[in-house]
Amino acid sequence: MALLDIRQRSGSLFLAVTLGQILLISAQVNSKSGVPVIEAVTFGIFSEVQRGLSGGFAGFHHVWTGYIGLRNLKVQNDALQRDLAVAQVAVQEQRALADRAGGLARLLDMREHLALKTVAAEIIGAAATPDFRTLTIDKGTREGLKADMAIIAPAGIVGRLVVPSLRSAKVQLLVDRNAAVGAIVERTRAQGVVVGAGDDRLRMEYVSEVFDIIAGDVVVTSGIDGIYPKGFVIGRVESVEKAGGAYKRIMIKPAVDFSSLEEVLVVLTPTPARQAAEGALE
Amino acid sequence: MKVAGVILAVAVALALQTTAARFLVRGSIAVDLVLVVVVYVALTSGPATGLLSGTFAGLAQDALSSSVIGIGGLAKTLVGFLAGIIGTQFIVTASLPRFVVFFGATVLHAVVFMGLYVLLDLRHFGAPIGAVAGQAAANAVVGVVAFQLVELLPGAVERRRAGKSRMRR
Repeated sequence: MALLDIRQRSGSLFLAVTLGQILLISAQVNSKSGVPVIEAVTFGIFSEVQRGLSGGFAGFHHVWTGYIGLRNLKVQNDALQRDLAVAQVAVQEQRALADRAGGLARLLDMREHLALKTVAAEIIGAAATPDFRTLTIDKGTREGLKADMAIIAPAGIVGRLVVPSLRSAKVQLLVDRNAAVGAIVERTRAQGVVVGAGDDRLRMEYVSEVFDIIAGDVVVTSGIDGIYPKGFVIGRVESVEKAGGAYKRIMIKPAVDFSSLEEVLVVLTPTPARQAAEGALE
Repeated sequence: MKVAGVILAVAVALALQTTAARFLVRGSIAVDLVLVVVVYVALTSGPATGLLSGTFAGLAQDALSSSVIGIGGLAKTLVGFLAGIIGTQFIVTASLPRFVVFFGATVLHAVVFMGLYVLLDLRHFGAPIGAVAGQAAANAVVGVVAFQLVELLPGAVERRRAGKSRMRR
């Protein structure tokens, strides 16, 4: 009876629900400190569902591709891809190390240039809405993960960890519109900020007109943001235009193919900037 | 029973959106399956059920995204309510009107969703017209196909049973 009454007054119901949600939005927008508790709790619960479903789908996927179709080739290919991934990570680390060693890094104590401590994580889910570019990984606070840790892949930077729960975590991809990373053009050392363009491209902002930048230039992390380690590849310059004013408009093709990611590495070693900030807080 | 059905449909859409679609589409998914379910429920059940399913589905999506909880909910509430009104006031049984409703609902959802984010200065979307149009077309195709499947399925089962009984005779 009550349900029937509600249905007959759908206009009033609409107004009440709309008002409730406006109040809900207002409460969150006014307090921007950290992750909302409701988001963390809901994400923690749902990520377990994602884990189970992903496990089921992944199991079916593996059975199909690994046994029914070309079993031996798949196994060989997997092994080769793993070897390649390890080699690419090593190259990335060497590149970062060489970059540091080539310049001001000579003045620093070489003992600081340690290999990054990472933990491998499998992707178990994608974003719940196409407007946000996020992924869910199968490692969480239990494995020592924290918010703002960098996520990398053999090809380059993937994004940053935004919401950790006990056994899983949400990763904001570099291509998300809210993502940003301190960047440097490897050839000319021009600094700027790379932001997500929402689609599958990145945009480099605040690069002065005076710098010579051409298509094909490699863009790497500058390390000044305190999240991403220095010297890791972000992508290659795709186009350079005059933006008007003092800056260039630079579009970048990401080094990582976000559509085919299956495993990522979470960087556990904090950057020097982050270590300094944490030390200051303590 | 109907409430349970709506909750189940939204939950399945969310699960498909976040897991299965990753294996099928490989990467960024343009289709918003949850929005498709909300519009479907609204067209078949009216404005009250449409707005409540929109609220539930939108809040669930917001809670699972790194977004302000309520913005997606508000957008889907509005879409569910208006789609429900259209479903009760107009005859929306042919594929073309259904396509138009799904397309319009996606555009309205994008306008409200992105508009609120821009209004609150929380996020900027650049020039999203192409992406929104693509998503609207994809949602509309999925929605129309879903309607066709749901309507054809009982008939197909009946025909199969009738065919089997003829064979026995």
